[in-house]
Amino acid sequence: MKKLVHRLGWPGTIALAVVLLFVFVGLFAPWIAPYPAQGAGAPNVLAKLAPPSADYWLGTDHLGRDILSRIIYGTRVSLTNGVLIVAFSLLIGLPVGLAAGYFGGWIDEALMRGTDVFLAFPALLLAVLMAAALGPGFLNSIIAVAVTWWPWYARLARAEVLVLRGQPYVEAARLAGVSHPRIIARHILPATGRPLTVQAALDVGPALLTAAALSFLGLGVLPPTADWGQMVDAGRKFFPARWWYSAMPGLTIFIVALAFSVLGDALRERKGGTVRAPA
Amino acid sequence: MELLRYILRRTVLSAFVVVGVTFLVFIVAQVVPSDPAALYAGPRPTAEQIEKARQELNLDAPLPARFATFAAAMASGDFGVSYKSRRLIAEDLKAYLPATLELAVFSTGLALLIGIPLGVLAAARQGRWPDRLGSFGSIAAVAMPTFFLAMILQLVFAQWLGILPLSGRLSREIAIGAPLPVVTNFTLVDALLAGRLDAFGNAVTHLVLPALTLASYPAGVAMRLTRSAMIEILERRHVVAARTLGLSEPRILFGHALPNAMGPALTVIGLSFAYALTGAVLVEIIFAWPGLGRYVSEAILAKDFPVIAAVTMVVTICYVVMNLLIDIAQALVDPRVALS
Repeated sequence: MKKLVHRLGWPGTIALAVVLLFVFVGLFAPWIAPYPAQGAGAPNVLAKLAPPSADYWLGTDHLGRDILSRIIYGTRVSLTNGVLIVAFSLLIGLPVGLAAGYFGGWIDEALMRGTDVFLAFPALLLAVLMAAALGPGFLNSIIAVAVTWWPWYARLARAEVLVLRGQPYVEAARLAGVSHPRIIARHILPATGRPLTVQAALDVGPALLTAAALSFLGLGVLPPTADWGQMVDAGRKFFPARWWYSAMPGLTIFIVALAFSVLGDALRERKGGTVRAPA
Repeated sequence: MELLRYILRRTVLSAFVVVGVTFLVFIVAQVVPSDPAALYAGPRPTAEQIEKARQELNLDAPLPARFATFAAAMASGDFGVSYKSRRLIAEDLKAYLPATLELAVFSTGLALLIGIPLGVLAAARQGRWPDRLGSFGSIAAVAMPTFFLAMILQLVFAQWLGILPLSGRLSREIAIGAPLPVVTNFTLVDALLAGRLDAFGNAVTHLVLPALTLASYPAGVAMRLTRSAMIEILERRHVVAARTLGLSEPRILFGHALPNAMGPALTVIGLSFAYALTGAVLVEIIFAWPGLGRYVSEAILAKDFPVIAAVTMVVTICYVVMNLLIDIAQALVDPRVALS
């Protein structure tokens, strides 16, 4: 514990605790939520739009569902969104960056100019266009954001490879007749892995924010699945008179993103990396 | 000479990027959606109507030919017809683009106006509470969902305090009671042209909340960048000399140190403008701001792909041009940029 605080500082440690708390809440949602059925989407018409009270700590929505339970269930969608966006982006960006950096020449030029095109878009707009084309839904919205996200990893991986390519051990492997795919897989990939993983972990927060923005626009998961961004949007019709409907999920997004952001800041002071613009 | 070559190279690269952007928009808007013809034909179309739509949209032509048609249309400013309203998209853009640009310019100005003085303050009080508060604020600004911040500002300033309007671009008394002659579609400019100070003031009050929402993140960045530039400069000899001469602290900070720390300002302008163009999608819905963002969000619900494609194209081109201009400006200010 002392070691952790020493490495991350107090703000970083608290942020890590908040992130872990949400992971825990997401994993055990059915056991933690006070009204699991409502969290999963069952209406409760007798308590429509009830303000926060002892029965419903954070109030209820327009179908009478407990907002706390909805937020707890929404944790699953939001966190998987964040993690999967980053994972999909790595899956595309890493091979592109590795190939560009390792082979150089026209392959590098072609891949990187292609990457530039994706980076030329305002990220949210490209994601919106993509999500609209694919139609709403959990997986589609993740793909839509990943499409705007991977070029960063391609650039990062390429930069790492450019340094590694000239290392004596890589040249030795090549002289020994090791094939290109094997050199990439066995000698270069493991060394690029770590900085990229750090960056990817930092990006879960911003990724989750972008996904929330998409679902706020109606391009995320479909009801009755609980999702924070979608809850904020649904509550807008009743805002500000029934402020809790939008405010509680909105505040939750803020807290989680803030935790990731503070944690990222604490890690970055030691490991380097960049902050991504929010959506 | 080096500078000229740099500008030329950046311009050519930007042109290539625009071609790539056009291609990508074409693929996503025209190839990915399952059946554009059915959408174009309207609700509950018959088989013949769909067939007719396929022909009108030229969907049976080979892909390269379709792309050539698409690119040529985009280049000539012909964005086609909205599936939903059947109006010319180019006409709609003329009405909506100025509203979004007005918001982007205003929020960029606000970001600099808030961020730079806070950065100076943080540097002058390094490690003390204004500094700590400021750095927390800039981290919080990154984590705050734009749409949520917008709603909080509405709640506090419009609902509780009642000092700023909730939404819209002008009050009803002016928009309907005594409308402005539309010349440029920039409300502020139109109000000045008509010599209507009441409308000008009214338009400014309507701009504040949406602009503040969009300014929060770039203001945080401006603060951080100004702070670190100032800290470096405050240790330089001319500042030490000014201090030895007994000049007042504000005069040292703003007269001698800040002018040398203005490098990041250009970066912030670019970033803030870009952020405003993107954030417009979320902010304009909430503030009922009649700009591109609201236009595109309505198009999303109606699956109006030509509109979504047109807005994406226009905003992306604004974005590319803006980045090009910033790069050139940076090279002009600091010729070392062109050499690297």
